[in-house]
This record gives sequence, structure tokens and C-alpha cells, in this order.
Amino acid sequence: MKRTIPLLITFAVGLILIIAMFIPHDPFFDMDRNFSIFYDVIAVFAFILGGGNLLRVHLNKVYLKRRDWKYSIVTVTGFFLMLLAGLLKIGVTEGWSGNFQGTGSLFKYLYDCTFQPLSSTMFSLLAFFVASASYRAFRAKTIEASILLVAAFVILVRPTPLGYYLTFWLPDPLKFLTISNLSTWILAVPNMVGQRAIMIGIALGIVSTSLRLILGIERGYLGGE
Amino acid sequence: MADEQVKLTLVEKLGRVDRRIIFLLMGVAVLIPLLIHYTTTIPASLIVQDLFDKVESLPPGSKVLISFDYGPATEPENQPMATSITRHCFEKGLRIYMISLWATGPRQATELIDGIITPEFPGKVYGIDWIDLGFKAGGQGLINTLLSDFTAMYTTDVNGRAIAEFPMMAGIKSLRAFDLIYCVGSGQPGNKEWIQFAGDPGRIPVGGGTTAVMAPQLYPYYPKQTVGLLGGLQGAAEYEAALMVKYPKYKTMSRVASEKMGPQVSAHLVIAAFIILGNVTYLVERRRQKKRQ
Repeated sequence: MKRTIPLLITFAVGLILIIAMFIPHDPFFDMDRNFSIFYDVIAVFAFILGGGNLLRVHLNKVYLKRRDWKYSIVTVTGFFLMLLAGLLKIGVTEGWSGNFQGTGSLFKYLYDCTFQPLSSTMFSLLAFFVASASYRAFRAKTIEASILLVAAFVILVRPTPLGYYLTFWLPDPLKFLTISNLSTWILAVPNMVGQRAIMIGIALGIVSTSLRLILGIERGYLGGE
Repeated sequence: MADEQVKLTLVEKLGRVDRRIIFLLMGVAVLIPLLIHYTTTIPASLIVQDLFDKVESLPPGSKVLISFDYGPATEPENQPMATSITRHCFEKGLRIYMISLWATGPRQATELIDGIITPEFPGKVYGIDWIDLGFKAGGQGLINTLLSDFTAMYTTDVNGRAIAEFPMMAGIKSLRAFDLIYCVGSGQPGNKEWIQFAGDPGRIPVGGGTTAVMAPQLYPYYPKQTVGLLGGLQGAAEYEAALMVKYPKYKTMSRVASEKMGPQVSAHLVIAAFIILGNVTYLVERRRQKKRQ
């Protein structure tokens, strides 16, 4: 019974959503709308689940003094600090009726002075690693690697003055070979072809997985054995 | 013979540059344009110009939904996209509706309000010309709900005021009420979800901007499923350029993307130089190895 009821619910909801896609009229349209709202409500609870999971993982790490456990203390402290600053609306000038992210609030202060610069810094580090990785990885060792190298180089230099000066002198019949035109072509043709192939593959995978879920073949989400 | 030995060592050395030197050069390459305020203007490419033309074609009073689906990590790339579209929409007399699928989105919207809307467009009235509806969880599920019933999810604005109080919310029953959905995104949920769950089923024009890393993944949707796309900082700079051509007053105003393109251009040049260096040394070494064999 513990497994049959969830399987029946999955089957019914999946089937109704498929029907609603092809027959967008009541009662299916209304059902689709309601199921979407249920989904959004459940998504809110995922935040609580996420918070709980974060605490479980990191507190466990601290308790067992696993590798780098000290960083977990920073994570848990940061989590509670932001949570309490927002929930208790600390520093909000309008009090309980004010916005927890409003001017003067501790949450805004923490967000602007810690989360924002730290996030930007982490993302900015990519530039350094990309430079180092490109230098080591983009080597013309094979024909395939050479093609990738040329494509990457064209895309890379396109917005730079080098991109202009390399090909600006080409005569009109060969203008299609300018870096600007080549980079547009690379993005719009070979890149798009590859992306489409990947997307179609993913879509087919989603369809088959969804069918397996609806028909009860795939039962991993139920947990257990 | 000894001379050849020295040359070989030099080539080997150039082929194995310590990454700390690469990091240092990259840091310098980014820093110098920032210090000398090097700005570059890049003409709009077709994919950017199409989005610009779409906004340009909307009659005054049209409704544009801007979704802030990013956070502070990608702010340097994404925020100029939000700035440009806001300026463009208000120049055209369009109405802006701000929402967010990311919990970090509302702060970016606030930054836009404080940095652009309030100082540059003091005549634009909240609730009549623009509104901030805030964040809701659910991602693509939320988009799916909004497509059939907007008010089921958004009953209040970001400050908790009932949306019925705002004149510009009258008649907004679903996403189909909007003339353009403009997603500024940097991941999932983002541009792709807006196209798949709103644009396609609702036949609503969808456009927007995303980080340079994500942009190639969105090309398959152009031009039929997305009206245009700003790819990374360069895309944002191109939109700024298009805006300047149409509205010359922006030539003298802050152009964040164009100003930030300086460091990006020099960083690209450093990477390109290292790629060339790496390959030249690799080819020389390979040739010498063949000779020895």
C-alpha cells in the first residue's frame, strides 16, 4: 500500500498533465492549473528541506571532526546569522511591518558586505583559471583539437582590437572570413547544430524517464530497495 | 651544440609557464583598463539588434515583464542588461513588471530601482509605469502557473501591497497579457525555462540576456523562439551601443557594459596570447622530438 498509492498518484497526475497539454480545456485545464499551484507550494517547502539538509551535513562534519570541519562552522554560523537577521528583521527602521531587505537592515548589510562581494569574487576567479586552463589545454595535438582551438580563438578575439586588425584588410569577396563574421557563423551554425543535437537527446531522455515514472517502471524516487 | 641546448630550455620554459605568472598577467590585464577607464564600443550584432528592434516596435503602454533570474555572482554581466532594457522601455513609454525566479533576484531589482529608475526617471510612477512583484519559488512550475493564472501566485507586490491597488495590474490575468518577456538570467531557472514554459505554449515574445557561458546554449532558440539575446557583457555592450545610436543622450551617460568591456578585452588578449604561446612551443618541441628520433 505504501508503494501502490504513490504510484497511482504519479500515474494519474502524469496522465492528466499530458492530456492537459493536448486538450487545454476544462476540466484538464483547471487540473493543470491546480497541479502547478501545488507544485509551487511544494517548492517553497524545498527551501526548508534544503536548510535542514545543509545543517545535517555540516553539523555532522563538525561533530565527527572530518576534513576541513572548521569551514563547516563558518557555513552554519553564516546560515543562522542571515536567517535570524531576516526573520527578526533586525535593524529595519519600520519595525515588523518593514521590508527585511530595506535600508538599514542587518540582512541588507550582510548581503551587501559579505554575500555580494564573495559571490562576485568566486565568479571572477574563473577568468584566472580559464586563462591557465586555455594555455595548457588548447594545444593542436590532433585535427579535432585544432578545430576546437581555431573556433575558440576566433570567438575569443572577436571583441578585441586584434580581432579587427587580423582580418579587416580582406577584400570584399573574402569579407565572410573576417573574425566578426566567422564568430557569428561558429555560434549560429556549428554551435547551434551541436546544441540542438544535445537538446533533442536530453528531451528524448526526459520523455522516456517520464514515461517510466508514469507507468511505475522507475521507482527510485520512492526510496527503499 | 651548447647554443641549441639553451634554446631548447627556453622553449621548454615557455611551454611550461608557472600558473602564478599567468594569474599575475591576467590580474594586470584586468587592472590597467580599469585604472585608465578604457571604454570600447561594439556595434550591435544581429541577435542583439533584433531584440532592440522588438522593443522599439512596441507601442507606448505595452507591458514588458522583466525577470531577474541571477544573483550577485554574475552581476557585472547581467546588471547592465537590466539597465539597458529599463532605459529603453522607459524611453519608449512601456510599462515594466519586475519579478524573479531566483531568491537573489529581488536585490538586483532593488539595485536597478535605486541606481537607474529613481535617479534617471523620477517622473515614472510606481504602480503606474513600473512595479516590483518580487520573488516566488517554483522555477518552471511557477512559469507554468503564471501562464494560466498570474494572480494565483502574485497577490501582492514586493512590499506586501495588494496588486489590486495598482492601476497597471488591471487586466493582467496571465502571462499572455504581456507584450514581451525579458529574462535576465544566468542559469536554471532562466531564459530556457521562459522560452519553454511561457514563450512557446503562450506564443509570447521572449528575449533577454544571459552570461557568456550560457549564451551558446540558447542559440538554437533564435530567431523563432526567442526574439533576440544578449550574450554576456559583450551582448550588453552591444545593446548599449544600439541604444546610443537611437537615443544619443546616452552617449554622455554611464555605460556600464561598455566601460567593463575594457578589462574583458584585455583579458581575452592575454588568454589569446597564452594560447598562441602554448601552441608555438608545443609545435617547436614536437618538431625537435621528431628530429631526434
